[in-house]
Amino acid sequence: MLVAVAGFGLFAWQARKIRANILVGRDRDMSGNVSERLSKTLLVAFGQQKMFKRLTPAFLHLIVYVGFIVINVEVIEIMIDGLFGTHRVLSFLGPLYSLLVGANEILGALVIVAVVAFWWRRNVGVVRRFTGPELRMWPKLDANIILYVEVILMVALYTMNSADLKLHQLEGVELPGAYPISSLLTGLLPANVAVLHGLERLGWWAHIVGILLFLNYLPSSKHFHIIMAFPNVYYSRLVPQGQFSNVDSITHEVKAMMDPSYQVPPPATNPDGSVAAPTPFGAKDVDDLAWTTLLNSYSCTECGRCTAVCPANITGKLLSPRKIIMDTRDRVEEKYNAPLIFQPNLYGTEAKHAETEVLSKENHTLLRGYVTPEELWACTTCNACVEACPVNINPLESIIEMRRFLVLEESAAPNSLNVMFSNIENNGAPWAFSPSDRFNWADELFVAEKA
Amino acid sequence: MAEQTATRQITVPLMADLAAKGEEPEILFWVGCAGAFDDRYKRVTRAFVRILEHVGVKYAVLGMEETCTGDPAKRAGNEFLFQMQAMQNITTFEGYGVKKIVTACPHCFNTIKNEYPALGGNYEVIHHSTFLQQLINEGRVGMAGGGEFKGQRITFHDSCYLGRSNNIYEAPRDVLAALDADLVEMKRSKANGLCCGAGGAQMWKEPEPGKKDINVERTEEALAALDGNAAALASLNGVESGNAGATPAPRNGQQSSIIAVSCPFCMTMMSDGVKNKERENNVQVFDIAELIATAEGLG
Repeated sequence: MLVAVAGFGLFAWQARKIRANILVGRDRDMSGNVSERLSKTLLVAFGQQKMFKRLTPAFLHLIVYVGFIVINVEVIEIMIDGLFGTHRVLSFLGPLYSLLVGANEILGALVIVAVVAFWWRRNVGVVRRFTGPELRMWPKLDANIILYVEVILMVALYTMNSADLKLHQLEGVELPGAYPISSLLTGLLPANVAVLHGLERLGWWAHIVGILLFLNYLPSSKHFHIIMAFPNVYYSRLVPQGQFSNVDSITHEVKAMMDPSYQVPPPATNPDGSVAAPTPFGAKDVDDLAWTTLLNSYSCTECGRCTAVCPANITGKLLSPRKIIMDTRDRVEEKYNAPLIFQPNLYGTEAKHAETEVLSKENHTLLRGYVTPEELWACTTCNACVEACPVNINPLESIIEMRRFLVLEESAAPNSLNVMFSNIENNGAPWAFSPSDRFNWADELFVAEKA
Repeated sequence: MAEQTATRQITVPLMADLAAKGEEPEILFWVGCAGAFDDRYKRVTRAFVRILEHVGVKYAVLGMEETCTGDPAKRAGNEFLFQMQAMQNITTFEGYGVKKIVTACPHCFNTIKNEYPALGGNYEVIHHSTFLQQLINEGRVGMAGGGEFKGQRITFHDSCYLGRSNNIYEAPRDVLAALDADLVEMKRSKANGLCCGAGGAQMWKEPEPGKKDINVERTEEALAALDGNAAALASLNGVESGNAGATPAPRNGQQSSIIAVSCPFCMTMMSDGVKNKERENNVQVFDIAELIATAEGLG
């Protein structure tokens, strides 16, 4: 009881701090379109639609996902048993209980197989996206800790079940439920009632305490995606991927320039009635990003599908969309709440940056302190990263917001782009052609007539 | 070729002239800066106008009244310049009461269709691939010349701003299917297509330091698909196993084949890529409108 309260209480405390972190982002109205959002959540988050672009990891992930959900039904039973001193309280379900426990046993074994496959793919190094400068140190360790914990939880489950089964066999009583895997393991256990009882309790405690610890580990880990993926998909953009956000404050300025009678809406006010400081154009730091972007950063499981399809990254440029998302989470936790019991995500910004990347020491903000202009200017805005993300994270939005800051607040675009800007301003075209030549293409144009 | 066909000179109608006569065209053909100034893409503009003339669609262009949509400025972060351009174009559109716009540039298409509404410009915007698809479906373009590309191996390179940005994958493929050619797909195609490297204002700057240029990576993939060269494909960094699509049947790399595009920037990047790989002698890059105009025998 105490353990459960402590476990859930601590998690609620952590979750509140993360919520506060996300809300430091700029407002963006994501209300409405409830049915479209729900069906998207159902398909992409619950249904894992986008995972199936890559079949092998999709199946492995599906096993762990289904295993997680089904085995958690048994966790509910473990909880109830613990709180009320019952033993296998759900066994009144009869054949349904056998089905549940039997399914758990088989899924547990499949989970172990999947986890071993995951470990192999990640550590023996057959998958390029599990490498890269941002995936060293803590992120690499984190990924492996998750895999180890999953195995420990499964072993605890089997210890509990097989010891319980053997106890019942020794007593000549039938244990409700079906145990296709544990029944194979009973032979390994000693025929000593006290030891068996101890093992059963050990498995039980290891499972329940393990799960509560794991729950509180989540906010420090990429594994937080098992919760955040759902709100993240729900609040993802519904407009075409090619549609970039409009900057309304600029619209007012441009309209006022073109039409002197245009009424610019009054500036935003603070709660006390004073005029609020104008927000900068674009994003320099995490609080200049939309709250949905910060939600994105907490939903990222660092799988690297975005980086694996990024044309800039594939061809050896510094840009890695995954790193920008990871940087965002690190920076928001550094600047605001580090909600975590421990702060593994703050492992020193240099740690996960390539040697060639030059970070600014003076400007310790998301832009320049974590993400360099070189990365931002390498983006082709091709949307491959957005398309690839299984939980609808949009790295492109952050890239554009930081480009806006560089151009509009710092006039720090690469020189060739400044030339392009002035061509548009002066000639109405991004190249240095005279506008009077714009219609020359139509000269001497002939078409064959049908006979 | 076809000696007996007569040719007729086209006077491309201007919106201003039509408005003076109190007429309204069915569509506004938005040419775009590349279509108006880039020597290579001017040929695409001309091919598309030939098709418009051939099928007798009532169209007009803005001529010198056209100005950049602001796409490169917006992608590069210059929102202010983008909105100035957009407002100017919207004012022009509103002045002529424009309702339907067709363009051969996916960047102009995306910008006018998706980003002008927030600034007060709402139009029906159609990319020329969709427009050509409709003409073919309606039987208005019937490949009268026919046979020009029969059996020719063609691979289509998806433009990001047509494909992922706006989910248009089938229209250009349907257009190519009308050519009766040997269409092959690259490993990374449709939603998984690899950018040519020019989007996001990259067209106007040098790439950041790296191992390779993006257009070379993409061209190598296109050539591997055209040649059916599985080994060349496997050596590409970004092509992971498990992606959809088998490698096309191998062929002699000396046979002529075509990379089809539907975007002026892809045209430049893929053409440069083919030059880089020294394959100009047998691999050509064409826009889908050029292929249709040729197949129709429109000169």
